[in-house]
Amino acid sequence: MNFILILFALTANFEVTDYPNDSGDKLNIKIFLSHPDSVISVKVFREEEKELRELEPIKIFPEQKEYLLTDKGIDRGRSYNYILEVETVDGKKIRKIISDVVPKAELFHKKRLNVLVFLIFYSFFLFFYLGKARKGEELFLRKIPGLDAIDEAVGRSTEMGRPVLYILGLGYISDIATLAGLSILGRVAKKVAQYESDIIVPCFDPIVMAAAQEITKQGYMEAGRPDLYKEKNIFFLTQDQFGYAAGVDGIMLREKPGAIFFQGYFYAESLILAETGYSIGAIQIAGTTATTQLPFFIAACDYTLIGEEMFAASAYLTRDPLMVSTIKGEDIAKMVFMGFIVLGTIFGSLPFASNLYNLIMNFLQTF
Amino acid sequence: MKKIYDILEFLGKIDRRWIFLFVFVFTTLPLALKFKVRVTPTEEVKIAFNYIENLKEGDRVLISIDYDPASMPELQPMLYAILRHLFRKNLKVIMMGHWPLGLPLGKTALEEVAKEYNKKYGEDYVFLGFRPGGSAVMVAMGSEIRNVFAADQYGTPLDSLPVMRDVHNYDDIALLIGLEAGSTGDFWVQFANARFGQEIILGCTAVIAPNLYPYYQAGQIRGIIGGLRGAADYENLVGKLGTGSIGMWVQSAIHILIIIFIIFGNVGYFVLRRRRKRSV
Amino acid sequence: MKREVPLIITFLSGIIIIIAFFIPLYPFGSYKNFPGLQDRFLQWYNILLGFTLILGIDTLIAYHWKKIKEGSKDAPYSIALIVSIFITLAVGIFSWVKYGDPFKAGSPFMFYYDYIFVPLQSTMFALLAFFIASAAYRAFRARNLEATLLLIAAAFVMIGRVPAGDNILNIYLFGYHITLPKIAAWILDTPNMAVQRGILIGVALGGIAMSLRIILGIEKTYLS
Repeated sequence: MNFILILFALTANFEVTDYPNDSGDKLNIKIFLSHPDSVISVKVFREEEKELRELEPIKIFPEQKEYLLTDKGIDRGRSYNYILEVETVDGKKIRKIISDVVPKAELFHKKRLNVLVFLIFYSFFLFFYLGKARKGEELFLRKIPGLDAIDEAVGRSTEMGRPVLYILGLGYISDIATLAGLSILGRVAKKVAQYESDIIVPCFDPIVMAAAQEITKQGYMEAGRPDLYKEKNIFFLTQDQFGYAAGVDGIMLREKPGAIFFQGYFYAESLILAETGYSIGAIQIAGTTATTQLPFFIAACDYTLIGEEMFAASAYLTRDPLMVSTIKGEDIAKMVFMGFIVLGTIFGSLPFASNLYNLIMNFLQTF
Repeated sequence: MKKIYDILEFLGKIDRRWIFLFVFVFTTLPLALKFKVRVTPTEEVKIAFNYIENLKEGDRVLISIDYDPASMPELQPMLYAILRHLFRKNLKVIMMGHWPLGLPLGKTALEEVAKEYNKKYGEDYVFLGFRPGGSAVMVAMGSEIRNVFAADQYGTPLDSLPVMRDVHNYDDIALLIGLEAGSTGDFWVQFANARFGQEIILGCTAVIAPNLYPYYQAGQIRGIIGGLRGAADYENLVGKLGTGSIGMWVQSAIHILIIIFIIFGNVGYFVLRRRRKRSV
Repeated sequence: MKREVPLIITFLSGIIIIIAFFIPLYPFGSYKNFPGLQDRFLQWYNILLGFTLILGIDTLIAYHWKKIKEGSKDAPYSIALIVSIFITLAVGIFSWVKYGDPFKAGSPFMFYYDYIFVPLQSTMFALLAFFIASAAYRAFRARNLEATLLLIAAAFVMIGRVPAGDNILNIYLFGYHITLPKIAAWILDTPNMAVQRGILIGVALGGIAMSLRIILGIEKTYLS
């Protein structure tokens, strides 16, 4: 092989730098071609124990002068040599070597600094109010009609001699809305046990079913009526969306519950469930974080918990100071963010504040 | 006069079964007549169409099938129109999905449209299939697609398929088109766009379209093709009308019917309210 | 100990994932072919999910078998359900063995998919058309100012989004060309977008607070 090493500036150049924010197994290779139309092919080799290993081929476009390649799967802290080989239209092969490049690992992902700042900022408010709650300070929560109506709904259902139907939606145990629904279930189960009524909980997911069984049992035990708990009333139905809707509709039409709770994450089946519940004359209390289904629940149900009102449910129902404090902290943080949005709108609109606006925007750009 | 008020009050208490009957008639008749309606495409769909129109020949487009047969009436016409556009532009199609029950629908459409344009499997398009994991799959594809899809749906290693040879992650994909019936689109935006800068266009059912406007306004997605109207818009832009356009006739009829029932309901409500006030 | 151990596991898992998000260094981040902690946890979660399906099927069959044994009035439906489960399984396995892929065109499973599953799912979704009509008739009453605004916005969007609405309104006002589709588009682009964003931010912040409560063990209601 006969390679000519010439002054590179005329045709091509390249640089090898550490890949940012990684665990030290990557390097960035940037290639510059001053006249890409005079280049037939560009190859990059990594020298490994005296052997040359070609990296992935680079496709050359006539108008594009810069190319970025990432060499992955290399060893952290080890020294590497890279060779760039360019073949030009006049048949010449040009070579350049960069030696002793060492990939490094970063201890902190710099592009995620904005997320860390936000997290600290947000947590500050949560812990601040947690501290206040621990000192015994009473914190105010506004009325949430949907949650206040739980007692009324269960009571009405018991008077009619009908069971309560509790639907946790189509979420999995990892969904926050499902966890919020489970916490409300505990409260509803306790109320049902106190009224010596029945609760039916058809589940979409087996793990959610297992959790629902435990929570309902706990509710009955807290009410002092573990004898009334029926495990067969909390069962797995199906993991098919409309199969679940059909099954729940069937339960509604057969069992005719007096009160129906929709608490969890729902998709298109929400209106099918809510309309069927309306047709049997049940009082319906819904709560979901699925913004697409909220209009249907609002139209068809008696009460609806919108978005984070569901998350506030366990704090609201138990009035546990620690839980209430986190709601308070969250609300204050939200108000501060609203302030930032207003400031951002002002800075973005004023011509003389554009530098400050751009600085803040660059910082807030996601990772 | 009393009789008129009685009739008007009755309009607010129509049995829902009459409503169901009217909906049935107003849906079936236009469908039976099968008129195709030309529509003026909406801005979001035009922007999505133009984005694809400006892609270079040979660019890779990833289509994610994130719907199931329940949403087929809205999204399948959209898929056909999009595939026709992509193959007409000689773009390379990579199809995958997060909803396993919807993938046969995607595969059927892909094979049918590919045949129309004489496209060859492996060279012009590939069907990767389904892998469990949802967002984990999206994140993994950001570094190397082969970590998730070592082979296509038929077991052929990706490296032996010309269309996938230079495709390793989102950097090699010009555009991601997600056809969404649930919340998978939100995850595409959160992971593929926010973390890896992937350009996205989302086609979705009408009910979730309003949800996507914040992303559209923020530039996180390049266009929204919403519901059957979006499908009809896209068919009109592509120039081949299909079931989306037939559906516009039906949708017009049903929407007008619902508006009429809403007017009836309000008339009945106000008459009843007036009568109650008078009796008090 | 019954509550303490799950709380400790929840705390440690949550804190590790949060820390792993900020530290690229292995084992928090991925290194070569070795997945980072976050990826590993996600893989374990997916494996667990697969096994829970077995739990679910077992519970379902046990529940309906009990109904059959007790001879309850719904026993025929339970028989239909159990028989359907096993027929679907059998058809799927047969198609897999004979055709290599149950979704291959011409296989019995594809026949089942095309002529039973697809029509059933589409039918259930189609019910929404009837229910939305009756819900709209019942709920869209101008009871107060907010309900009236809801009603007007819904009417504009419904008519503006279909071809029938294209030519109903066509006027010029203060230099702006006003049509129903443009009004519908403005409603979706502006107030709808703003509200959706507000709810999205609220839900996201609420989710963070709820997650922190669960990680720190303040929220324990999901445990028995």
